[in-house]
Amino acid sequence: MSIQSGIPSPLKLRPRADDRPGQRSGAVLPNKMTARGVKVFYGAKQALKGIDLDIRENRVLALIGPSGCGKSTFLRCLNRMNDTIEGCRVEGQIALDGEDVYGKAVDAVQLRARVGMVFQKPNPFPKSIYDNVAYGPRIHGLASGRDELDEVVQTSLKRAGLWAEVKDRLREPGTSLSGGQQQRLCIARAIAVSPEVILMDEPCSALDPIATAHIEELIDELRANYTIVIVTHNMQQAARVSQRTAFFHLGEMVECDDTEEIFTNPRDERTQGYITGRYG
Amino acid sequence: MQLTLLALILALLTVIGFMIGRSRAAASVGGRVAELHSVPSYHGVYVALWAGLPALLLFVAWTASEGWLAMQLVLSALPERLTTGDGQSVALLKADILNLARGISTGREADPLVVGAARRYAALRDLAGWSLLAVGASLAVAGLAWGRHRIGPDLRARPAVERVVRVALVVCSLVAILTTVGIVLSLLFEALRFFSVVSPLDFLFGTHWSPQMAMRADQVGSSGSFGAIPLFAGTLLITVIAMAVAVPVGLMAAIYMSEYAGRGVRTWLKPALEILAGIPTVVYGFFAALTMAPFVRSVGEAVGLDVSSESALAAGIVMGVMIIPFVSSLSDDVINAVPQSLRDGSYGLGATKSETIKQVVLPAALPGIVAAVMLAVSRAIGETMIVTMASGLTANMTANPLQAVTTVTTQIATLLVGDQEFDSPKTLSAFGLGLVLFLVTLCLNMVALRVVRTYREKYD
Repeated sequence: MSIQSGIPSPLKLRPRADDRPGQRSGAVLPNKMTARGVKVFYGAKQALKGIDLDIRENRVLALIGPSGCGKSTFLRCLNRMNDTIEGCRVEGQIALDGEDVYGKAVDAVQLRARVGMVFQKPNPFPKSIYDNVAYGPRIHGLASGRDELDEVVQTSLKRAGLWAEVKDRLREPGTSLSGGQQQRLCIARAIAVSPEVILMDEPCSALDPIATAHIEELIDELRANYTIVIVTHNMQQAARVSQRTAFFHLGEMVECDDTEEIFTNPRDERTQGYITGRYG
Repeated sequence: MQLTLLALILALLTVIGFMIGRSRAAASVGGRVAELHSVPSYHGVYVALWAGLPALLLFVAWTASEGWLAMQLVLSALPERLTTGDGQSVALLKADILNLARGISTGREADPLVVGAARRYAALRDLAGWSLLAVGASLAVAGLAWGRHRIGPDLRARPAVERVVRVALVVCSLVAILTTVGIVLSLLFEALRFFSVVSPLDFLFGTHWSPQMAMRADQVGSSGSFGAIPLFAGTLLITVIAMAVAVPVGLMAAIYMSEYAGRGVRTWLKPALEILAGIPTVVYGFFAALTMAPFVRSVGEAVGLDVSSESALAAGIVMGVMIIPFVSSLSDDVINAVPQSLRDGSYGLGATKSETIKQVVLPAALPGIVAAVMLAVSRAIGETMIVTMASGLTANMTANPLQAVTTVTTQIATLLVGDQEFDSPKTLSAFGLGLVLFLVTLCLNMVALRVVRTYREKYD
C-alpha cells in the first residue's frame, strides 16, 4: 500500500448525508451514551466542571482541546477507568443505552467489556500476539473450544487490519511488533471482546505518520460496527476521522457539534482560537 | 609518636597549601577570577595535593619496607651460626628480636647476641622513624613550594585535580575487587591442600561425614571420613523447607502490598516487614531452638509422629520467616515496576483485578520474582546460626524433615571453632566445604543478576 492511498483525505471522509448540517442527525440516530452534569475531582482538585454530552451510535466523536482540559478524564469516566485511580471522585450521570453506568447494579468489570479502551501508548501484554488477542475472550468465556477462539482471534486481527502482517507469527511476543502494529494489536485486542463502544485515548500520538494513517483508516471502517470516542491533539485527525467533535477547555465542554460545523463555523471564540492555533 | 607527628604536619601543610593556592591564584590575575583557567579552589586543591600526596606515598612505601630492611640489617650483623638453619629457627630468632625490641620477655634466658641485636633493631627503628619524619616533612614542604610556583593564570589546575581524583576512584574500586580475589585465592589454596589429602571424588560423592581424626596412632577413634553428601542433602532439605515458607508468604505479601494495600497501609507495612530482615540471625536461632523446635516436637507427638528435639523442620520454618522480607520486598519492587499501562490495558478489556494480577502483572514481573527467589535461596544456603542452634550437628542423610540434619555452613563453623591444628584434614575440610558453598552461591547470584538485567532492559 502506498502512503498516498494510506492517508484518508478529508474529501474521502466527508461527512455522510445523514451527518450534514441542516439535517440534524440527532433526530435520526439514537444516543449510545449520554453524560449529564459530569464532575470529576482528583482529591480537592476539580478536573471536570459539569459535562453534558451525547454520544451517537455508529459515529466517531472526537474530543479536542488543550492539554489538561479534561478530555482524557472524561473519556476514562465513560468506562469507569477512573475507579482505579486513588482519590478520584465522579459526580453526575453517565448512561449506556439509558442505564446509569455508575449505578449500584452495574459492575465496572462488565461495563468495560461493553465499553472497550485503546490507550495512548501501545501496551501489548508480555504474551504472544495470539494470546494478546485471546486474552479478553478467554477471561470472559466468549469462545468455547480452540477452534472458536482461533476464529475470534482471526476475525479481530482482520478487522484491525493486522492479520496479513502477523498471520505467520502469531506465537511471537506482542512486544516484537512495531509501534503502529502494536497499536493495531491493541485495537484487535479491544475488538475481540465485542464491545459496543470503543474509547481511544490519543491512539496515534506515539506513532509515525504512516502508522497513523493506518489507524485512521481503521477507525473509519470500525464505525460501521462500533461507536467510537477518540481523544486527539491533532485537529487534522479530528477533522478526518470524526463526524462529531466536542471542544473541551479548562474542565468545561465549550461546544459540541458536527465536525464540519466546528471546524468551519465555530460558535465560541475559544473554539475558534484553538482550531486556528492561537493557543493550546 | 613520629608517625602521629608526621600525620599532623602533613594535615597542616595540606590545609595551608589549599589556602595559599587559592589566594595566590586569585592574586595572580589581580582578583579577576574569570581570567583563570580553573576556579581558584581548584588551584587550592592542586597545591594541597602537591603538598600531601608525594609525602603520603613515601610514607606508605616507607612503612611497608622499613621493618623488613631493619631486620635484614640486624640479621646480617649476627654470626652465621644463628642465622642459618631451617626456616623455623630463623622465624623464631626474628620473633625473639622483635619481642625483645618491644620489651616483651621471651620467657627464657636470651642469648646476649640476640639481646644486642634487639637493641640495635630498636635503635634502627627509632632512627628510621625520625628520618621518615624529616624526609616526609621536607618532601611536603618542597611539594607545596613546587605547587605554589606552578600557579598562574594558565595553569590547568582542574584537569590535573580531576586526574588525581579519577585515580583515587580507580584505586577504591580495585580495593574491593582485590579483596574478593584475595578471599577466593586463600579459600582455593587451603581447599587444594585438603584435596591433596582427601580425594575430591570421595568428598563430593561420599555418603558418610565424620571429620574426627585420631590424633595419635594408638588412639581409639574414627580415622575421619569426608563424604559431604549428607551435608549437601541437609542444606538442600532445610533450604527447600525455608523456601516453601518464604516464597508463598513473601509473594502474597508483595502482591497485597503492591496491588491491594492503600498508600497509607503500604507506608508502614513495608518497613514493618523489613524489620524482620534486621533481626540478628542469632535471635532467630533462639526462637528456633527454644520456641519452634519444642512446638514442632509437641505437635508431632500429638499426631503420633516421632520428632527429634532438633529438627530440620523447625530450623527451616524459622529460616523461611527470616527470608520473607527478601522475597516480599524485592518482589514488591518488581511488581511496582510493571507499567501501569499494562494494568490499564487489562482493566480496559473488562478483566477483574485478580485476572489482571494473575495473567498480566505476575507474568510481566516473573523474571524479577525469579531473581528475588534466587537471591533468597543463596541467602538460605549461606545461613548458619539458625541451623546450628535449632537443627544440630548430626550429619544424618535423610529426607525426613522431622530429624536433625546439619548443613554445610554449620559444619564449617564447628570445624573451625576452638583450638585447631591447621594442617589436619579435619580443619582443612572446612575450606573444601567453603569452596563448594562459594561456587554454588556465586552461580545462583550470577543467574539471578542476569535474569534481573534482562528484565530491566524490557521496561526502562
